Amino acid sequence: MRWLLLKDLQILRRSPLLVALLVLYPILVALLIGFAISGGPDKPKVAFYNGVAAGESTFSVGGEERDAADFAEQLFDAVEPIRVSSREEAIEKVRDGDALGALIVPPDAAEKLRNSLSLAGAPERPTVEVIYNGEDPVKRRFVESTIEARLAEANQALSGEITKIGAGYLDILLKGGTIDLFLRKFDVLGLERSEQILRQQAARLPEGSRAREELERVAQFAGLAVDNLDLSDAILASIGEPVDVKQTVLNGSRTALDSFAVAVAVTVSLMFVTVLLAAGMLALEREEHAFGRLVRGLVTRLELLAEKVVLSALCAFGLAALMVVGLSAFVDVAWSQAPLWLLALAVGALAFGALGVAIGGLAREVRAASLLAFLLSLPIAFLALVPSGTVSPTLFDVIEAVSAAFPFKPTLEALDRTLNDTGQSVLGPLLHLVALSAAFLGAARLAVRRFD
Amino acid sequence: MIAADSVTKRYGAREALRGVSFSAPSGERLAVIGPNGAGKTTLLSILAGITEATSGRIEVGRTGWVPQEPAVYGKLSVRENLRLFARLEKVADDAVDRALEQTGLTDRAGDELSTLSGGNRQRVNIAIGLLAAPPVLLLDEPSSALDPRHRQRVWTFLDRLAAEGTTIVFATHDLAEAARHGDRVLVLADGELLFGGTAAELETAVGPAKDFEAAFVAYLRERGH
Repeated sequence: MRWLLLKDLQILRRSPLLVALLVLYPILVALLIGFAISGGPDKPKVAFYNGVAAGESTFSVGGEERDAADFAEQLFDAVEPIRVSSREEAIEKVRDGDALGALIVPPDAAEKLRNSLSLAGAPERPTVEVIYNGEDPVKRRFVESTIEARLAEANQALSGEITKIGAGYLDILLKGGTIDLFLRKFDVLGLERSEQILRQQAARLPEGSRAREELERVAQFAGLAVDNLDLSDAILASIGEPVDVKQTVLNGSRTALDSFAVAVAVTVSLMFVTVLLAAGMLALEREEHAFGRLVRGLVTRLELLAEKVVLSALCAFGLAALMVVGLSAFVDVAWSQAPLWLLALAVGALAFGALGVAIGGLAREVRAASLLAFLLSLPIAFLALVPSGTVSPTLFDVIEAVSAAFPFKPTLEALDRTLNDTGQSVLGPLLHLVALSAAFLGAARLAVRRFD
Repeated sequence: MIAADSVTKRYGAREALRGVSFSAPSGERLAVIGPNGAGKTTLLSILAGITEATSGRIEVGRTGWVPQEPAVYGKLSVRENLRLFARLEKVADDAVDRALEQTGLTDRAGDELSTLSGGNRQRVNIAIGLLAAPPVLLLDEPSSALDPRHRQRVWTFLDRLAAEGTTIVFATHDLAEAARHGDRVLVLADGELLFGGTAAELETAVGPAKDFEAAFVAYLRERGH
């Protein structure tokens, strides 16, 4: 097997174009897939008109001064604002395609907000205007959801503050205190004290008298109100924030998207190099008519297949390991797990190599083998990347079953768990890969019977 | 020495060889002839150990195998090809120089195979078959890709090998070549061995004929092929 291995390496060394394509193409595809996975859409441009006069954007909530501009800044984390000086200019920007949307804050927004937060003000709510450009439905949807999400956040924050104010007013009604209204301070007695006073006054009246009975009824009402309003703080809080969110991740790790993209990119490269090389080099033995000469006692068919698997796995392993080292300059890689991710790379490469010789055995010709290897590899990769919830449960089960029949998914799992140190065991994916290697090698052994 | 007894080969329902029996002593040159699909290559593949017979018995020692298409690597040089197979055959490296010399390829030893003509590739193909100095050399259409000058050189060489005791079994479509270089001919048709004897005996069997080719065609026709 050693001589065949050296022979194949010699052939590869004399095929620089093939080697360059085998190295560069998978890396390019892998990086593109990696970028596609890790990169979200660019920040969309949004025209922003703030009609509120400078210094007028502040408002008071619960005794604290707030600036509406702070909420706008949060929005600008997600979009790229084009500041304009009028509503018309904002609309023009959207119409011309300079901006995908426009956010218009009318001049009276802050005043209306202030009034709505004050007991003395009018109950009219401020309204911000959002205008979309529907040319690109994907980006439009992104702008729409981004603005909606940010406005919802702002509304929620305000609602929380307003709830606090409401609760404060109720507290004053309950326990007594001072309320600012129309620039004057009003002393409020409070229901608790009212009840006390009423009961004291009632006790001074003759028992059974009509006046005493009426006072006691009023005191009873005050007592009831006190008992029930005492619970209002909690009720108001639940209205301000009706659902408490507890985050839990099921079925998988909390790997950062960039780190996961590295695992995907390396797995894609490993797959392309190994599968294409193993399939092509096995088919080449037949195309060069050497297969018959070799298997007539010089090597067994299984040895020949194993040699192609080892050859392709060696080349792909080296390339993938270099890729990890290179990518580690940009993304964190768990170096403490290096022996494990190197093992995952090696076992994954062997499994892909076994798949490659099965393809080479079926196709029998170099061109057909390369084409088949290529045509099969991409769907296998994409299938393994379909997230749950994006298709129906039945279809997802089918996709899972198909993915499990090929080495891409277990290799990706093994690499993700080791490169990103997710704390999950790598034994399962590795055993899965060993089983797949044996199965594909068996299939290749059957396929090369047709080589005779 | 080589012997086959009732050798049968089936590919599914199709019978490629039907109870073929023959033997050839050391130093004999045995030509296997027959129309297309007669089973010539199948018979040689079974003798070479590439294909297993469905039934029957083969007695053959170490063989050298020269397939119809040159089984060589285009990206390797002539010497590298020979050295690879010498190592796989577990023979010493000096066998490479000997085979190069025997086939007249010493001056082309460093050339990459893909740059050689079809004739020279076939000579490399034959040289590989000779590496282990086998007592039996099996050749499938050995001269089909050669020009007359190279063909003559190859046959001179093969004739000399036979004279030195190597049994030569070759399949060919060139009936003149079979008559000239075959001590005996085996006629196969539809997997069946129809005739085993000298070219002269076959001509005698069909009566007066213009030449060996005409006698061969008449022989096949008489037997319904």
